[in-house]
Amino acid sequence: MSMERTLNHHTTRRKVKVLVAKIGLDGHDRGAKVIARALRDAGFEVVYTGLRQTVEQVVAAAIQEDVDIIGVNQHEGSHIYIARKLVEKLREYGADDIPVVMGGSIPVVDVDVLKSIGVKEVFLPGTPIREIVDKLMKLAEERRRTGRV
Amino acid sequence: MATKDYVLSLVERAERGDRRALGRLLTILEDVSSETAWVLEYLAGRSRGAHVIGVTGIPGSGKSSLISRMIRVLRDKGYRVAVITIDPTSPLSSGAILGDRLRMQEHATDPGVFIRSVTTAGALGGLSLSALAMIEAFDALGYDKVIVETVGVGQSETHVMHAADTIVVVTMPGAGDDVQALKAGVLEIGDIYVVNKSDKPEASKTYEYMLFVAEKGEIGRSGAWKPVVVKTSSTLGMGIRELVEAVEKHLEYLRNSGEKLSRLSSRRRLLVKLLAEKIVLDLLDKVAEEELAKTHEGLEGFYKRAIEIARTTGEKLLNLKIQ
Ligand SMILES: Nc1nc2c(ncn2[C@@H]2O[C@H](COP(=O)(O)OP(=O)(O)OP(=O)(O)O)[C@@H](O)[C@H]2O)c(=O)[nH]1
Ligand SMILES: [Mg+2]
Repeated sequence: MSMERTLNHHTTRRKVKVLVAKIGLDGHDRGAKVIARALRDAGFEVVYTGLRQTVEQVVAAAIQEDVDIIGVNQHEGSHIYIARKLVEKLREYGADDIPVVMGGSIPVVDVDVLKSIGVKEVFLPGTPIREIVDKLMKLAEERRRTGRV
Repeated sequence: MATKDYVLSLVERAERGDRRALGRLLTILEDVSSETAWVLEYLAGRSRGAHVIGVTGIPGSGKSSLISRMIRVLRDKGYRVAVITIDPTSPLSSGAILGDRLRMQEHATDPGVFIRSVTTAGALGGLSLSALAMIEAFDALGYDKVIVETVGVGQSETHVMHAADTIVVVTMPGAGDDVQALKAGVLEIGDIYVVNKSDKPEASKTYEYMLFVAEKGEIGRSGAWKPVVVKTSSTLGMGIRELVEAVEKHLEYLRNSGEKLSRLSSRRRLLVKLLAEKIVLDLLDKVAEEELAKTHEGLEGFYKRAIEIARTTGEKLLNLKIQ
Protein backbone atom coordinates (compact mmCIF):
# COMPACT_ATOMS: atom_id res chain seq x y z
CA MET A 1 0.00 0.00 0.00
CA SER A 2 1.44 3.31 -0.95
CA MET A 3 0.92 6.38 1.15
CA GLU A 4 -0.11 9.27 -1.01
CA ARG A 5 -0.88 12.51 0.65
CA THR A 6 -0.49 16.10 -0.23
CA LEU A 7 2.75 17.65 0.90
CA ASN A 8 1.51 20.72 2.67
CA HIS A 9 0.16 18.64 5.52
CA HIS A 10 3.59 17.33 6.20
CA THR A 11 6.00 20.09 5.46
CA THR A 12 6.66 22.93 7.80
CA ARG A 13 9.84 24.04 6.09
CA ARG A 14 9.35 27.62 5.13
CA LYS A 15 12.18 28.21 2.72
CA VAL A 16 12.13 27.13 -0.87
CA LYS A 17 14.98 24.74 -1.66
CA VAL A 18 16.21 24.71 -5.25
CA LEU A 19 18.76 22.51 -6.97
CA VAL A 20 20.75 24.39 -9.60
CA ALA A 21 22.29 21.92 -12.01
CA LYS A 22 24.45 21.82 -15.10
CA ILE A 23 24.14 18.61 -17.04
CA GLY A 24 26.53 17.34 -19.69
CA LEU A 25 29.82 18.52 -21.08
CA ASP A 26 29.27 22.27 -21.04
CA GLY A 27 32.22 23.66 -19.09
CA HIS A 28 30.97 27.13 -18.21
CA ASP A 29 29.18 27.76 -14.98
CA ARG A 30 29.17 31.54 -14.79
CA GLY A 31 25.49 31.72 -15.63
CA ALA A 32 24.61 29.01 -13.12
CA LYS A 33 26.57 30.77 -10.39
CA VAL A 34 24.92 34.12 -11.12
CA ILE A 35 21.50 32.50 -10.89
CA ALA A 36 22.46 30.64 -7.68
CA ARG A 37 23.55 33.89 -6.02
CA ALA A 38 20.48 35.78 -7.18
CA LEU A 39 18.21 33.08 -5.77
CA ARG A 40 20.11 33.09 -2.48
CA ASP A 41 19.68 36.86 -2.30
CA ALA A 42 15.95 36.33 -2.82
CA GLY A 43 15.94 34.07 0.26
CA PHE A 44 16.08 30.62 -1.37
CA GLU A 45 18.18 27.70 -0.19
CA VAL A 46 20.25 26.82 -3.22
CA VAL A 47 22.00 23.51 -3.68
CA TYR A 48 24.58 23.80 -6.43
CA THR A 49 25.89 20.52 -7.80
CA GLY A 50 28.65 21.85 -10.04
CA LEU A 51 29.74 21.20 -13.60
CA ARG A 52 29.38 18.16 -15.84
CA GLN A 53 26.72 16.28 -13.96
CA THR A 54 24.87 13.29 -15.29
CA VAL A 55 21.07 13.16 -15.17
CA GLU A 56 21.37 10.33 -12.63
CA GLN A 57 23.54 12.45 -10.32
CA VAL A 58 21.10 15.36 -10.47
CA VAL A 59 18.09 13.17 -9.71
CA ALA A 60 19.95 11.46 -6.84
CA ALA A 61 20.90 14.84 -5.35
CA ALA A 62 17.36 16.18 -5.71
CA ILE A 63 15.97 13.16 -3.85
CA GLN A 64 18.55 13.23 -1.04
CA GLU A 65 18.16 16.98 -0.57
CA ASP A 66 14.37 16.80 -0.98
CA VAL A 67 14.36 19.98 -3.05
CA ASP A 68 11.22 21.80 -4.14
CA ILE A 69 12.46 22.57 -7.65
CA ILE A 70 15.18 21.44 -10.06
CA GLY A 71 16.61 24.23 -12.20
CA VAL A 72 18.77 23.21 -15.14
CA ASN A 73 21.08 25.78 -16.69
CA GLN A 74 22.02 24.74 -20.20
CA HIS A 75 24.26 26.39 -22.79
CA GLU A 76 25.13 23.53 -24.98
CA GLY A 77 22.34 22.69 -27.36
CA SER A 78 21.34 19.30 -26.02
CA HIS A 79 18.59 20.76 -23.81
CA ILE A 80 15.78 18.75 -25.41
CA TYR A 81 17.55 15.42 -24.99
CA ILE A 82 18.52 16.32 -21.41
CA ALA A 83 15.01 17.45 -20.49
CA ARG A 84 13.55 14.22 -21.82
CA LYS A 85 16.02 12.06 -19.86
CA LEU A 86 15.60 14.09 -16.69
CA VAL A 87 11.82 13.88 -16.70
CA GLU A 88 12.05 10.15 -17.43
CA LYS A 89 14.48 9.49 -14.58
CA LEU A 90 12.42 11.49 -12.11
CA ARG A 91 9.41 9.40 -13.04
CA GLU A 92 11.45 6.20 -12.66
CA TYR A 93 12.36 7.19 -9.09
CA GLY A 94 8.87 8.35 -8.20
CA ALA A 95 10.08 11.91 -7.90
CA ASP A 96 8.25 13.46 -10.85
CA ASP A 97 6.29 15.73 -8.55
CA ILE A 98 9.47 17.83 -8.32
CA PRO A 99 9.04 20.49 -11.02
CA VAL A 100 11.84 21.01 -13.54
CA VAL A 101 12.63 24.45 -14.96
CA MET A 102 15.26 25.34 -17.54
CA GLY A 103 17.27 28.40 -18.40
CA GLY A 104 20.21 29.38 -20.57
CA SER A 105 20.72 29.91 -24.26
CA ILE A 106 17.63 28.11 -25.47
CA PRO A 107 16.08 29.04 -28.82
CA VAL A 108 12.55 30.43 -28.56
CA VAL A 109 11.26 27.78 -30.96
CA ASP A 110 12.18 25.03 -28.48
CA VAL A 111 10.14 26.39 -25.58
CA ASP A 112 6.96 24.56 -26.57
CA VAL A 113 8.84 21.32 -27.16
CA LEU A 114 10.38 21.53 -23.69
CA LYS A 115 7.01 22.24 -22.13
CA SER A 116 5.43 19.31 -23.91
CA ILE A 117 8.16 17.10 -22.44
CA GLY A 118 7.18 18.29 -18.98
CA VAL A 119 9.48 21.23 -18.24
CA LYS A 120 7.36 23.63 -16.20
CA GLU A 121 9.05 26.91 -17.06
CA VAL A 122 11.68 27.97 -19.58
CA PHE A 123 13.64 31.13 -18.85
CA LEU A 124 15.11 32.66 -21.99
CA PRO A 125 18.18 34.90 -21.84
CA GLY A 126 17.32 38.29 -20.41
CA THR A 127 14.44 37.11 -18.20
CA PRO A 128 14.39 39.48 -15.20
CA ILE A 129 15.42 37.75 -11.99
CA ARG A 130 12.26 39.05 -10.29
CA GLU A 131 10.16 37.08 -12.76
CA ILE A 132 12.21 33.92 -12.19
CA VAL A 133 11.87 34.27 -8.42
CA ASP A 134 8.09 34.78 -8.63
CA LYS A 135 7.57 31.79 -10.90
CA LEU A 136 9.73 29.53 -8.74
CA MET A 137 7.84 30.59 -5.61
CA LYS A 138 4.57 29.74 -7.34
CA LEU A 139 5.83 26.34 -8.47
CA ALA A 140 7.09 25.49 -4.99
CA GLU A 141 3.80 26.51 -3.40
CA GLU A 142 1.83 24.52 -5.90
CA ARG A 143 3.94 21.44 -5.31
CA ARG A 144 3.59 21.75 -1.56
CA ARG A 145 -0.15 21.96 -2.05
CA THR A 146 -0.60 19.13 -4.49
CA GLY A 147 2.60 17.07 -4.54
CA ARG A 148 2.91 13.54 -3.26
CA VAL A 149 5.63 11.23 -2.00
CA MET B 1 1.44 18.85 10.18
CA ALA B 2 2.92 15.41 9.61
CA THR B 3 0.62 12.71 10.96
CA LYS B 4 2.05 9.86 12.99
CA ASP B 5 1.06 7.28 10.38
CA TYR B 6 2.74 9.23 7.66
CA VAL B 7 6.01 9.64 9.58
CA LEU B 8 6.03 5.96 10.49
CA SER B 9 5.43 4.99 6.88
CA LEU B 10 8.41 7.12 5.86
CA VAL B 11 10.63 5.35 8.39
CA GLU B 12 9.43 1.95 7.16
CA ARG B 13 10.01 2.82 3.54
CA ALA B 14 13.43 4.28 4.35
CA GLU B 15 14.31 1.03 6.12
CA ARG B 16 13.50 -0.83 2.93
CA GLY B 17 15.96 1.39 1.08
CA ASP B 18 13.53 3.98 -0.32
CA ARG B 19 15.75 7.05 -0.57
CA ARG B 20 12.89 9.34 -1.47
CA ALA B 21 11.22 8.46 1.83
CA LEU B 22 14.45 9.11 3.72
CA GLY B 23 14.78 12.50 2.02
CA ARG B 24 11.25 13.40 3.14
CA LEU B 25 11.85 12.11 6.68
CA LEU B 26 14.92 14.33 6.98
CA THR B 27 12.82 17.35 5.94
CA ILE B 28 10.46 16.66 8.83
CA LEU B 29 13.42 16.29 11.20
CA GLU B 30 14.93 19.53 9.91
CA ASP B 31 12.13 21.36 11.61
CA VAL B 32 11.15 19.17 14.54
CA SER B 33 8.14 20.57 16.36
CA SER B 34 6.43 19.62 19.56
CA GLU B 35 4.09 17.49 17.45
CA THR B 36 6.78 15.48 15.69
CA ALA B 37 9.25 15.21 18.56
CA TRP B 38 8.08 11.67 19.40
CA VAL B 39 9.78 10.37 16.27
CA LEU B 40 13.17 11.17 17.80
CA GLU B 41 12.62 8.70 20.59
CA TYR B 42 11.30 6.17 18.13
CA LEU B 43 14.46 6.52 16.02
CA ALA B 44 16.80 6.60 19.02
CA GLY B 45 15.26 3.32 20.18
CA ARG B 46 16.46 1.76 16.93
CA SER B 47 20.03 2.99 17.22
CA ARG B 48 22.58 0.64 15.72
CA GLY B 49 25.61 2.31 17.21
CA ALA B 50 26.71 4.47 14.29
CA HIS B 51 30.11 6.13 14.48
CA VAL B 52 29.50 9.90 14.38
CA ILE B 53 32.43 11.82 12.95
CA GLY B 54 32.51 15.61 13.19
CA VAL B 55 34.64 17.43 10.62
CA THR B 56 35.30 21.07 11.35
CA GLY B 57 38.04 23.68 10.97
CA ILE B 58 39.15 26.66 8.95
CA PRO B 59 36.80 27.83 6.17
CA GLY B 60 38.14 26.72 2.80
CA SER B 61 40.66 24.31 4.29
CA GLY B 62 39.24 21.48 2.18
CA LYS B 63 36.81 19.78 4.57
CA SER B 64 34.30 18.83 1.90
CA SER B 65 36.95 17.61 -0.55
CA LEU B 66 38.53 15.60 2.24
CA ILE B 67 35.22 14.02 3.22
CA SER B 68 34.67 13.02 -0.39
CA ARG B 69 38.05 11.26 -0.39
CA MET B 70 37.29 9.62 2.94
CA ILE B 71 33.97 8.30 1.65
CA ARG B 72 35.79 6.34 -1.05
CA VAL B 73 38.06 4.64 1.51
CA LEU B 74 35.19 3.99 3.93
CA ARG B 75 33.10 2.47 1.14
CA ASP B 76 35.99 0.18 0.21
CA LYS B 77 35.92 -1.05 3.78
CA GLY B 78 32.24 -1.88 3.31
CA TYR B 79 30.73 0.88 5.46
CA ARG B 80 27.53 2.70 4.62
CA VAL B 81 28.17 6.43 4.92
CA ALA B 82 25.84 9.37 5.62
CA VAL B 83 26.99 12.99 5.43
CA ILE B 84 25.30 16.04 6.94
CA THR B 85 26.81 19.30 5.73
CA ILE B 86 25.96 22.54 7.47
CA ASP B 87 26.27 25.80 5.56
CA PRO B 88 25.87 29.28 6.95
CA THR B 89 22.83 31.34 6.03
CA SER B 90 23.36 34.79 4.55
CA PRO B 91 22.52 37.31 7.26
CA LEU B 92 21.24 39.73 4.60
CA SER B 93 18.69 37.65 2.75
CA SER B 94 18.43 34.60 5.01
CA GLY B 95 18.99 32.57 1.86
CA ALA B 96 21.94 30.24 1.43
CA ILE B 97 24.09 28.54 -1.16
CA LEU B 98 24.73 24.98 -0.05
CA GLY B 99 28.08 24.39 -1.70
CA ASP B 100 29.56 21.46 0.21
CA ARG B 101 27.68 18.79 -1.71
CA LEU B 102 29.31 19.90 -4.94
CA ARG B 103 32.64 18.44 -3.79
CA MET B 104 31.02 15.10 -2.99
CA GLN B 105 28.75 14.71 -6.01
CA GLU B 106 30.77 11.77 -7.36
CA HIS B 107 29.11 9.69 -4.62
CA ALA B 108 25.56 10.90 -5.32
CA THR B 109 24.45 7.74 -7.09
CA ASP B 110 26.16 5.30 -4.70
CA PRO B 111 23.34 3.49 -2.87
CA GLY B 112 25.58 3.17 0.21
CA VAL B 113 26.01 6.94 0.54
CA PHE B 114 23.44 9.58 1.51
CA ILE B 115 24.35 13.27 1.57
CA ARG B 116 22.13 15.99 2.99
CA SER B 117 22.79 19.74 3.28
CA VAL B 118 21.23 21.95 5.94
CA THR B 119 21.57 25.64 6.73
CA THR B 120 22.15 27.50 9.93
CA ALA B 121 18.86 29.35 9.42
CA GLY B 122 17.07 28.04 12.50
CA ALA B 123 18.23 30.25 15.33
CA LEU B 124 18.48 29.38 19.01
CA GLY B 125 19.78 25.86 18.83
CA GLY B 126 17.48 25.02 15.95
CA LEU B 127 20.38 23.92 13.85
CA SER B 128 21.78 21.68 16.52
CA LEU B 129 18.42 20.06 16.97
CA SER B 130 18.04 19.39 13.24
CA ALA B 131 21.52 17.96 12.97
CA LEU B 132 21.09 15.79 16.05
CA ALA B 133 17.72 14.56 14.83
CA MET B 134 19.23 13.62 11.48
CA ILE B 135 22.05 11.75 13.20
CA GLU B 136 19.41 9.65 15.02
CA ALA B 137 17.69 8.88 11.71
CA PHE B 138 20.87 7.75 9.95
CA ASP B 139 21.88 5.74 13.00
CA ALA B 140 18.51 3.98 13.11
CA LEU B 141 18.69 3.23 9.39
CA GLY B 142 21.98 1.41 9.70
CA TYR B 143 24.48 3.92 8.37
CA ASP B 144 27.82 2.88 9.90
CA LYS B 145 29.50 6.27 9.62
CA VAL B 146 27.68 9.57 10.01
CA ILE B 147 29.93 12.47 9.05
CA VAL B 148 28.91 16.00 10.02
CA GLU B 149 30.67 18.95 8.36
CA THR B 150 30.53 22.40 9.94
CA VAL B 151 32.60 25.55 9.85
CA GLY B 152 34.18 25.84 13.25
CA VAL B 153 32.46 28.93 14.53
CA GLY B 154 29.32 29.72 16.44
CA GLN B 155 27.79 28.18 19.47
CA SER B 156 25.37 25.78 17.84
CA GLU B 157 28.23 24.40 15.76
CA THR B 158 30.26 23.69 18.86
CA HIS B 159 27.14 21.95 20.15
CA VAL B 160 27.01 19.73 17.10
CA MET B 161 30.67 18.88 17.47
CA HIS B 162 30.13 17.81 21.05
CA ALA B 163 27.61 15.30 19.78
CA ALA B 164 30.28 13.56 17.69
CA ASP B 165 32.20 10.47 18.75
CA THR B 166 35.28 11.53 16.85
CA ILE B 167 36.21 15.11 16.01
CA VAL B 168 38.45 15.86 13.06
CA VAL B 169 39.79 19.43 12.93
CA VAL B 170 41.06 20.53 9.51
CA THR B 171 43.60 23.26 9.01
CA MET B 172 45.87 24.22 6.13
CA PRO B 173 49.29 25.71 5.47
CA GLY B 174 49.63 29.46 5.77
CA ALA B 175 46.61 29.77 8.02
CA GLY B 176 48.77 31.00 10.91
CA ASP B 177 46.44 33.62 12.35
CA ASP B 178 43.42 31.44 11.72
CA VAL B 179 45.03 28.64 13.68
CA GLN B 180 45.50 31.06 16.56
CA ALA B 181 41.83 32.02 16.32
CA LEU B 182 40.77 28.41 16.22
CA LYS B 183 42.71 27.74 19.39
CA ALA B 184 40.01 29.47 21.37
CA GLY B 185 37.31 27.36 19.76
CA VAL B 186 37.21 23.99 18.09
CA LEU B 187 40.95 23.50 18.00
CA GLU B 188 40.70 22.53 21.63
CA ILE B 189 38.25 19.73 21.10
CA GLY B 190 39.82 17.70 18.29
CA ASP B 191 40.72 14.03 18.45
CA ILE B 192 42.46 14.14 15.10
CA TYR B 193 44.11 17.16 13.49
CA VAL B 194 44.56 17.34 9.75
CA VAL B 195 46.94 19.60 7.88
CA ASN B 196 45.29 19.49 4.47
CA LYS B 197 46.67 20.96 1.22
CA SER B 198 50.03 19.47 2.11
CA ASP B 199 50.81 19.58 -1.61
CA LYS B 200 51.74 23.20 -0.82
CA PRO B 201 55.32 24.01 0.14
CA GLU B 202 54.54 25.68 3.49
CA ALA B 203 52.77 22.53 4.71
CA SER B 204 55.59 20.99 6.71
CA LYS B 205 55.91 24.13 8.85
CA THR B 206 52.23 23.99 9.79
CA TYR B 207 52.52 20.25 10.38
CA GLU B 208 55.50 20.72 12.73
CA TYR B 209 53.60 23.42 14.59
CA MET B 210 50.50 21.23 15.02
CA LEU B 211 52.67 18.33 16.19
CA PHE B 212 54.35 20.63 18.69
CA VAL B 213 51.12 21.93 20.25
CA ALA B 214 49.69 18.41 20.27
CA GLU B 215 52.78 17.09 22.07
CA LYS B 216 52.57 19.85 24.62
CA GLY B 217 48.97 18.88 25.27
CA GLU B 218 47.71 22.32 24.29
CA ILE B 219 45.06 20.85 22.03
CA GLY B 220 42.76 17.87 22.19
CA ARG B 221 39.92 16.72 24.41
CA SER B 222 40.66 15.47 27.85
CA GLY B 223 41.00 11.74 28.42
CA ALA B 224 43.60 9.13 27.67
CA TRP B 225 43.49 9.61 23.89
CA LYS B 226 46.49 11.49 22.53
CA PRO B 227 45.50 13.68 19.57
CA VAL B 228 46.89 12.52 16.24
CA VAL B 229 48.17 14.89 13.54
CA VAL B 230 47.84 13.79 9.91
CA LYS B 231 49.13 15.44 6.74
CA THR B 232 46.81 15.15 3.72
CA SER B 233 46.18 16.47 0.26
CA SER B 234 42.63 15.95 -0.93
CA THR B 235 43.67 17.17 -4.36
CA LEU B 236 46.36 14.51 -4.77
CA GLY B 237 44.65 11.91 -2.59
CA MET B 238 47.61 11.79 -0.20
CA GLY B 239 47.32 10.77 3.44
CA ILE B 240 43.65 9.80 3.18
CA ARG B 241 44.22 6.18 4.21
CA GLU B 242 46.25 7.36 7.21
CA LEU B 243 43.43 9.73 8.15
CA VAL B 244 40.81 6.98 7.94
CA GLU B 245 43.10 4.67 9.94
CA ALA B 246 43.38 7.33 12.66
CA VAL B 247 39.59 7.70 12.71
CA GLU B 248 39.19 3.92 13.03
CA LYS B 249 41.83 3.77 15.78
CA HIS B 250 39.95 6.42 17.67
CA LEU B 251 36.73 4.41 17.43
CA GLU B 252 38.58 1.38 18.75
CA TYR B 253 39.86 3.50 21.62
CA LEU B 254 36.33 4.74 22.36
CA ARG B 255 35.00 1.19 22.42
CA ASN B 256 37.77 -0.21 24.59
CA SER B 257 37.65 2.62 27.09
CA GLY B 258 33.87 2.63 27.37
CA GLU B 259 33.78 6.20 26.08
CA LYS B 260 31.66 5.21 23.08
CA LEU B 261 28.75 4.61 25.43
CA SER B 262 29.33 7.75 27.44
CA ARG B 263 29.45 9.81 24.23
CA LEU B 264 26.17 8.29 23.12
CA SER B 265 24.59 9.21 26.41
CA SER B 266 25.90 12.75 26.26
CA ARG B 267 24.57 13.02 22.70
CA ARG B 268 21.18 11.92 24.00
CA ARG B 269 21.35 14.33 26.92
CA LEU B 270 22.01 17.17 24.51
CA LEU B 271 19.09 16.01 22.37
CA VAL B 272 16.75 15.99 25.35
CA LYS B 273 17.86 19.46 26.40
CA LEU B 274 17.50 20.94 22.91
CA LEU B 275 14.10 19.31 22.55
CA ALA B 276 12.92 20.74 25.87
CA GLU B 277 14.13 24.17 24.80
CA LYS B 278 12.36 23.80 21.48
CA ILE B 279 9.07 22.88 23.16
CA VAL B 280 9.33 25.89 25.47
CA LEU B 281 10.30 28.19 22.59
CA ASP B 282 7.34 27.03 20.48
CA LEU B 283 5.04 27.77 23.39
CA LEU B 284 6.71 31.07 24.11
CA ASP B 285 6.33 32.09 20.51
CA LYS B 286 2.65 31.17 20.47
CA VAL B 287 1.77 32.88 23.74
CA ALA B 288 3.78 36.01 22.95
CA GLU B 289 2.01 36.31 19.59
CA GLU B 290 -1.35 36.10 21.36
CA GLU B 291 -0.35 38.76 23.84
CA LEU B 292 1.00 40.97 21.09
CA ALA B 293 -2.29 40.80 19.26
CA LYS B 294 -4.03 42.12 22.37
CA THR B 295 -1.94 45.27 22.71
CA HIS B 296 -2.55 48.45 20.79
CA GLU B 297 -0.16 49.47 18.15
CA GLY B 298 1.35 52.90 18.52
CA LEU B 299 4.46 54.80 17.59
CA GLU B 300 5.21 55.52 21.19
CA GLY B 301 5.42 53.32 24.21
CA PHE B 302 6.83 50.31 22.41
CA TYR B 303 9.16 49.56 25.29
CA LYS B 304 6.30 49.63 27.74
CA ARG B 305 4.38 47.35 25.42
CA ALA B 306 7.29 44.93 25.23
CA ILE B 307 7.62 44.79 29.01
CA GLU B 308 3.89 44.27 29.34
CA ILE B 309 3.96 41.40 26.84
CA ALA B 310 7.00 39.86 28.51
CA ARG B 311 5.32 39.96 31.91
CA THR B 312 1.97 38.52 30.86
CA THR B 313 3.64 35.95 28.62
CA GLY B 314 5.91 34.90 31.46
CA GLU B 315 3.01 34.62 33.89
CA LYS B 316 0.97 32.63 31.42
CA LEU B 317 3.85 30.28 30.69
CA LEU B 318 4.34 29.65 34.38
CA ASN B 319 0.70 28.61 34.71
CA LEU B 320 0.61 26.49 31.58
CA LYS B 321 0.40 22.75 31.90
CA ILE B 322 2.73 21.19 29.36
CA GLN B 323 1.46 17.89 28.05
N1 LIG C 1 46.03 22.74 -3.19
C1 LIG C 1 44.99 22.13 -2.60
N2 LIG C 1 43.77 22.66 -2.68
C2 LIG C 1 42.74 22.02 -2.07
C3 LIG C 1 42.93 20.81 -1.35
N3 LIG C 1 41.74 20.42 -0.84
C4 LIG C 1 40.85 21.35 -1.24
N4 LIG C 1 41.43 22.30 -1.98
C5 LIG C 1 40.76 23.47 -2.59
O1 LIG C 1 40.35 24.34 -1.56
C6 LIG C 1 39.10 24.93 -1.87
C7 LIG C 1 38.09 24.68 -0.78
O2 LIG C 1 37.82 23.29 -0.72
P1 LIG C 1 36.56 22.73 0.06
O3 LIG C 1 36.66 21.25 0.06
O4 LIG C 1 35.31 23.33 -0.47
O5 LIG C 1 36.87 23.32 1.51
P2 LIG C 1 35.92 23.46 2.77
O6 LIG C 1 36.77 23.51 3.97
O7 LIG C 1 34.87 22.41 2.74
O8 LIG C 1 35.26 24.86 2.49
P3 LIG C 1 34.03 25.54 3.29
O9 LIG C 1 32.98 24.48 3.49
O10 LIG C 1 33.57 26.62 2.36
O11 LIG C 1 34.59 26.06 4.57
C8 LIG C 1 38.69 24.37 -3.23
O12 LIG C 1 39.05 25.28 -4.23
C9 LIG C 1 39.49 23.09 -3.32
O13 LIG C 1 39.76 22.73 -4.66
C10 LIG C 1 44.26 20.27 -1.28
O14 LIG C 1 44.53 19.21 -0.68
N5 LIG C 1 45.25 20.98 -1.92
MG1 LIG D 1 32.77 22.61 2.79
